[in-house]
Amino acid sequence: MNVIVTDRGFGHEAIPTVWISLAEALSAPAEGVADLRVHLDPDTDPAALAPLLGRLGAVRVAFPSSADGRGFTIARQLRLMGYEGSLRAYGHVIADQYSLARRAGFDDVEISHDLASRQPEHMWTGPESRRQQDYQARLRG
Amino acid sequence: MYVYSEFDRDFVRDRNAQFREQVARRLSGALTEDEFKPLRLMNGVYLQLHAYMLRVAIPYGTLNSAQMRKLAYLAQRWDKGYGHFTTRQNIQYNWPALTDIPDMLDALAEVGMHAIQTSGNTIRNVTADHFAGAAADEIADPRPVAELLRQWSTDHPEFQYLPRKFKIAVTGSPLDRAVIRAHDIGLRLVRDADGAPGYEVIVGGGLGRTPMVGQVLTPFLPQADLLPYVEAIVSVYNLLGRRDNKYKARIKITVHENGIDEIRRRVEARFARLRKEFRGVDQQMLASIEAQFAPPAFEVGRSALPYEDAREIDPVFQAWSDTNIHPHKRDDHAIVTVSLKRPGETPGDASAEQMRVLADLAQEFGHDELRISHEQNVILPHVHRADLPTLHARLRRAGLATANAGLISDIIACPGMDYCALATARSIPVAQEIASRFEALKLEHEVGPMKIKISGCINACGHHHVGHIGILGLDRAGVENYQITLGGDAGPDMVLGERAGAGFPADRIVDAVEALVRGYLDLRAGPAETFLDTYRRLGAEPFRAILYPTEKVHAA
Repeated sequence: MNVIVTDRGFGHEAIPTVWISLAEALSAPAEGVADLRVHLDPDTDPAALAPLLGRLGAVRVAFPSSADGRGFTIARQLRLMGYEGSLRAYGHVIADQYSLARRAGFDDVEISHDLASRQPEHMWTGPESRRQQDYQARLRG
Repeated sequence: MYVYSEFDRDFVRDRNAQFREQVARRLSGALTEDEFKPLRLMNGVYLQLHAYMLRVAIPYGTLNSAQMRKLAYLAQRWDKGYGHFTTRQNIQYNWPALTDIPDMLDALAEVGMHAIQTSGNTIRNVTADHFAGAAADEIADPRPVAELLRQWSTDHPEFQYLPRKFKIAVTGSPLDRAVIRAHDIGLRLVRDADGAPGYEVIVGGGLGRTPMVGQVLTPFLPQADLLPYVEAIVSVYNLLGRRDNKYKARIKITVHENGIDEIRRRVEARFARLRKEFRGVDQQMLASIEAQFAPPAFEVGRSALPYEDAREIDPVFQAWSDTNIHPHKRDDHAIVTVSLKRPGETPGDASAEQMRVLADLAQEFGHDELRISHEQNVILPHVHRADLPTLHARLRRAGLATANAGLISDIIACPGMDYCALATARSIPVAQEIASRFEALKLEHEVGPMKIKISGCINACGHHHVGHIGILGLDRAGVENYQITLGGDAGPDMVLGERAGAGFPADRIVDAVEALVRGYLDLRAGPAETFLDTYRRLGAEPFRAILYPTEKVHAA
């Protein structure tokens, strides 16, 4: 079972979320269906989610490799578009990227059991991965 | 000069602690090499041909004597007693041990320096005109905005894992000594019709294996809009830039493939959203940064007569001041270029002892300021003319008074196969041989302004595309082969050089350059016509005929 990393440390989902693709979400009937849980591939244009904004329950963005930073921009764009719901980074995200993920707008990170055993909880919650200084927030005021 | 705030100090200290811990986790195996690689790169650590290399940022090329002394200390304590100043106003140490690097970073932090984002697919050290704040031709000092961009780009959560590296340069002068059209983003300080300050924004320039001249994204961006606009550009690039092929991943290819109009449309759309995020605090911070770059307290009323006298009686001083002095905004001061291109030496290298001499001289004669130029020389930006003779004498004793700034032996060369894992040929020995040859021929001053730039592979770190004479070292079936490009220019109207023809083997490239230069002396309209002017007047053909005389016979 995948590990969910939050500010409190490692955790699990009691009932794993069932995710749908963006295409499925876009074709879901507009009436009555709120709480869509959408999985996004890293090549998604965030603007494509504009028509869904009021009906999203959760969004998960895939990171195919820790060297691929598209998800950080996707997260930030969704927040700038006004999305306030749950936002999760998923896949090859390493402990050293947790602070970036949080500052880009993600709420939590979902990683595999293998990655979690190689990078145990203390690496995600230690002071080094929770750096406080943030030049960008300081400049935005 | 900018002095670190409490915030900067805390940031760098914590970042160094984080990197120390990352090195430990790499050694323990908690981080794989693939995971560690971007982390070490964004902290300035490369794996080179023989060893790790640490690249230290010298933001916009500006440093004080205490910082220069610390660079000397690092060279002596953890390297082989020297450092290499680069074309991006950084310094590289070629021989540190990985386990020593955290200590080196802590030592740098003591004087407000770091190696953050000097490598990797991040926004790199922001470069600026090396004569900033001193040149007579300047509209405004580009360093405050370069510092603002340094802060904004540092550890930006969106932009630490871009498709590829991202370089920003700023110039405050129409003469553009920062080569802004060869950068991912180039900024030129301008004023609109009402005199309000702003920026001309250039995007998509770059050299490398696909050289491109940057294009104008907007001719005038109001000063207050800079950060949201630049953030919009990099944000568009982060999603649109290619990740399937590292050779097509720079923004110049994104611009080329999508067209400048499509890029502009996307940037404007994103900018509209981002603009609201900045509430003017950044402009207040810019104002406080500007105050820190106030000009030094110049000595007023002192006679410059010792300078005039020395020029009359000392021909060595005269030759040096002819080439290595640039007009300062004050007539009684000068901008001094200290050449790191002594013939026979490695271009851009300085020993720890030389760095200390330069620090002393900056303190005594230069208001405690030094610059590193992209031409790999050291600049003393504010020297009273009356001090120039003493300064020159002191430089001579340290082997730093080479009178060649802007001349044929003032060569830009990449580290080449002597250091670099990517190189396909040696660069440094070619530069050394060309400089020594023209030293022996005593032709250098007669030839006048000449920029030779040498790259040891097609990644073009030696900027050969914009050399008046460019040299590109390749590997042809295991043998070094050097191609010549002609007519390149890194000035405000950047021009890419044209390939002359087939390459030359290592033992003939210096002869080929000599033949070109002798040919130019025959062809020029008069001593005032530079090589570049002659080339522009006559075109490539007469120069090709010099390089390939037998082909000319065939053509006839």
